[in-house]
Amino acid sequence: MTTALKEWPLWEVFVRSKQGLEHKHCGSLHAADAAQALEMARDVYTRRQEGVSIWVVQSKDITASNPDEKGELFDPAADKIYRHPTFYEIPEEVGHM
Amino acid sequence: MYTQSFNVPDNAGGKTVPLAPSTEDPVLQAAFDARIDADGRIEPQDWMPEAYRKTLVRQISQHAHSEIVGMLPEGNWISRAPSLKRKAILIAKVQDEGGHGLYLYSAAETLGTSRDQMLDGLHSGRAKYSSIFNYPTLTWADVGVIGWLVDGAAIMNQVPLCRCSYGPYARAMVRVCKEESFHQRQGYEALLVMMTGTDEQKAMVQDAVNRWWWKCLAMFGPPDADSPNSALGMRWGIKRVSNDELRQKFVDATVPQAKVLGVTLPDPDLKWNEERQHYDYGQIDWAEFWETVNGNGPCNKERLATRVKAHNDGQWVRDAALAHAAKKQAREMRDAA
Repeated sequence: MTTALKEWPLWEVFVRSKQGLEHKHCGSLHAADAAQALEMARDVYTRRQEGVSIWVVQSKDITASNPDEKGELFDPAADKIYRHPTFYEIPEEVGHM
Repeated sequence: MYTQSFNVPDNAGGKTVPLAPSTEDPVLQAAFDARIDADGRIEPQDWMPEAYRKTLVRQISQHAHSEIVGMLPEGNWISRAPSLKRKAILIAKVQDEGGHGLYLYSAAETLGTSRDQMLDGLHSGRAKYSSIFNYPTLTWADVGVIGWLVDGAAIMNQVPLCRCSYGPYARAMVRVCKEESFHQRQGYEALLVMMTGTDEQKAMVQDAVNRWWWKCLAMFGPPDADSPNSALGMRWGIKRVSNDELRQKFVDATVPQAKVLGVTLPDPDLKWNEERQHYDYGQIDWAEFWETVNGNGPCNKERLATRVKAHNDGQWVRDAALAHAAKKQAREMRDAA
């Protein structure tokens, strides 16, 4: 073993609730490896047929944006209201567009 | 699933003490307060006052411990369930409790406390869990009553927690609450069946109700006047409804259920108050409650010892799984090379 692990590593669990829908984050769990993480995710998060497919990924492999930089990160989108359809006025007689 | 809406200090011996005033950065504190006031949510990476973090870690881990210890009194009955159907139901319920513990440990871990630290707190006796599990389950009727009353009380407590200001806790509670209704209904239904049985079986149900009723009322925690941190919990959006209000809701909901079931609730002072439009109820024995919280209930030692033994007995499984994962990884790396 390369690292002396005391705890099983942490995994994030994503479940597709039914065919045609996206996988959605539903929680996390500890497991020794990916195969065990999948089995545990089945037992923990799909005991009542909540899913048809499961993804697991080690939590340490997720790169997340920094909430302290939320302002700057999302600022470029804030002043571009012309990206929304409601920005444009269309004569009523045109109907739905 | 079982929380106790009290949030007692984990170090032994004390009743709740008021928290010290904040010494946090005023700018960050103001932004945090503004978000709470706007009924916003706090997520793991957001800045939060240390006292908020500490309160949450304590409350969520106590909640998680309660789920885990809560498996023990019911687990004792799996091998003695009266039919295969009841056994399957009970196994499913106990498995749910384990799952609830896991959702909650995961939520607490987002606050920077490791699973091992929390387990160590429980196993060393430092951390608290709901004192309701420090009472014995003497007959099969106890299993039904735990579902009906203990889970019923827990549901009252947990539904408002779905709107808790801390995102991961609220999301865990949504999941828990979805599964909880099965727990209460299976218990109540098991009792309904017993009440169609022999006089001895009916007496068993009544006896179990008599033994659990007051303990369930105490689950909601001390009266509001004796809960110095309740106000802060409310301020922070961790607690949404007061202990006394939840207790009243539980009493009002349970009285008609008891009537349908055909049992009496063991409280001579229990009566409808036309003016308040609520049931009045008698005095709860808080001295006994605190005795149990502080380790001197009938089963405290037995529960903890069983839990520690289960954990220690599972050590080789955890070690083996890690060793297997490491071996497999090494093999894959060698094959790739």
